[in-house]
Amino acid sequence: MERPIRVLVAKPGLDGHDRGVKIIARALRDAGMEVIYTGLRQTPEMIVNAALQEDVQVIGLSILSGAHNAIVPRVMQLLKEKGAEDVLVIVGGIIPDEDAEQLKQLGVAAVFQPGASLQEIVNFIRSSVKQAVSGP
Amino acid sequence: MRKAAGATETAPKVVTTLSGIPVEPAYGPEHLAGFDPSRDLGEPGEFPYTRGIHRTMYRGKLWTMRQFAGFATAEETNARYHYLLEQGQTGLSVAFDLPTLMGFDSDHPAAAGEVGKCGVAICSLEDMETLFRGIPLGEVSVSMTINSPAPVIWAMYLAVAEQQGVEWARLNGTLQNDILKEYIAQKEYIFPPRPSMRLVTDVIEFATRHVPKFNPISISGYHIREAGSTAVQELAFTLRDGIEYVEWAVRRGMGVDEFAPRLSFFFNAHNDFFEEIAKYRAARRMWARIMRDRFGARNERSMKLRFHAQTAGCSLTWQQPYNNVVRTTLQALAAVLGGCQSLHTNSLDEAYALPSEHAVTLALRTQQVIAYESGVTATPDPLGGSYYLEWLTVQMERGAEDYIRRIDEMGGMIPAIEQNYPQREIAQASYAYQRAVEAGERIVVGVNAFQSDHDAPIEILQIDETAARKQRERLAALRRRRSSTRVQAALDAVRRAAEGRENTMPYLLDAVRSYATLGEICDALRGVFGTYQEPNVL
Repeated sequence: MERPIRVLVAKPGLDGHDRGVKIIARALRDAGMEVIYTGLRQTPEMIVNAALQEDVQVIGLSILSGAHNAIVPRVMQLLKEKGAEDVLVIVGGIIPDEDAEQLKQLGVAAVFQPGASLQEIVNFIRSSVKQAVSGP
Repeated sequence: MRKAAGATETAPKVVTTLSGIPVEPAYGPEHLAGFDPSRDLGEPGEFPYTRGIHRTMYRGKLWTMRQFAGFATAEETNARYHYLLEQGQTGLSVAFDLPTLMGFDSDHPAAAGEVGKCGVAICSLEDMETLFRGIPLGEVSVSMTINSPAPVIWAMYLAVAEQQGVEWARLNGTLQNDILKEYIAQKEYIFPPRPSMRLVTDVIEFATRHVPKFNPISISGYHIREAGSTAVQELAFTLRDGIEYVEWAVRRGMGVDEFAPRLSFFFNAHNDFFEEIAKYRAARRMWARIMRDRFGARNERSMKLRFHAQTAGCSLTWQQPYNNVVRTTLQALAAVLGGCQSLHTNSLDEAYALPSEHAVTLALRTQQVIAYESGVTATPDPLGGSYYLEWLTVQMERGAEDYIRRIDEMGGMIPAIEQNYPQREIAQASYAYQRAVEAGERIVVGVNAFQSDHDAPIEILQIDETAARKQRERLAALRRRRSSTRVQAALDAVRRAAEGRENTMPYLLDAVRSYATLGEICDALRGVFGTYQEPNVL
């Protein structure tokens, strides 16, 4: 049997608005994925450690507060230091277009802005993880 | 132009309210069986205040136009306040940044990237002095959206009033100070629920004795709704929170009529026009009866539910942002027809960022058009007596009463929170709504229907790291300048007061006057009370 895709869903920073992160976590679970939710106020260190421990293929970060430029680069750097660059990182939240471009240059696979559909996010994860597994 | 999945050529068939209450094709007298207008409505300004808390409503006095504002440092925000007052705004409302809301100074590692982003950064009395420079606190009413560190921020405010030579007895304003909805919805808590409730009660008691015209709490459904609740859940959890605060204050030894007239409320103004109006009317009727029958209040003012409303931030879309002006207008109109005492209208750009000056001006003008041009202010509760609205008001009330009964059976709101009950109810409602949007059963114009390829570009307020750097420099200079002996003594006194049973407010006032910082004072309290982490449940 095919192993379900494992996703760590995290909410870094001080913000506690968790409506979005909870919806995403439920939607991914309903789509058959194994979802680990870290809870609120996770530091980049805590997120990367949890991702390695849980052996996930995907990290989803929910950030609404405008702190993404401080948080996401640190997560990417830590993944690199631990040799875990193959983990797919996606970001959702209030991310201006120009910042979204910069985050992608750091290796973020996708940035989902307000209004993105759940199906779009599920499809993106499925196709990206499949590609990575069957890749060269 | 693409159409929504499932949308037909005619208007979409609405069969339930936004909160899922089934709506019949038409309403008439048969829907009001058992409804007694003299008992259930009364006159405007009369028990149970369904039709409003004043006899003349807006003919006597318009609502307060109060735009929530705060960004970057105290200096920039002070300039925005002067601008808003010049534009005809009639009250101020302070938005604090996330480190301030969580009781951290701007130089704390956890504050990295967050300083001045979602509100203004306030670390010490010095920042508060700057924030209100040139603003006469004896004349302008000020609302402050702060919860876990509310007593400390309020102490700073009282100290600024002292410096301005304004007696505390003259101060008008509102402190949000509603910690229960933080555990339920917004999640900006520091300490565990019980010590937090003690601090809330300290503030209510201190206000009652020394700052009698100030609202020491704003019992808030706004954030509960933003977290995805239904209108009924918003109403129920807010009123049940209110019951909890009253019980704590009574246990402290205060008479209900001493403090209850100064309890204030804060509700969301969401999209479903009639449902929202019904919610406000049901809230007034229920609170009047709760205060009279459950708590034995005698003073009419204890029974009158006064509320601030804010249009629904979660209804704003990133796509086609100018549509947000229209949404906000309808929501604001519902709040006014529902009899609000003050109102914040969201700006069209708030799905992107904090509002630009241009956008916030348009939002304020929206209120002014409703107030001065639409004619809806001519008579109180102009929709009262509508079959549909009266029926819907009863539905709101019954749904909320069921929830309140269930929470009573759990032993009150704190056990309910500890069992994750309101949190779970909200998460379920929020997920169900999102699924309905996803399936095209709920239309969001510009998002899942009527999309366009090119959304109009709008000007966005950018807050860069300059504000954070400036703030950290000011803080470092303050730490060098002040007397550390005096600060340490004041912090020790705060710690001892927190360990004991005295009201903490006098000690917090001493601490802020010594220029102890918010982070230092909250650390002292953390040392005594510990911190709270919610269970990780989806």
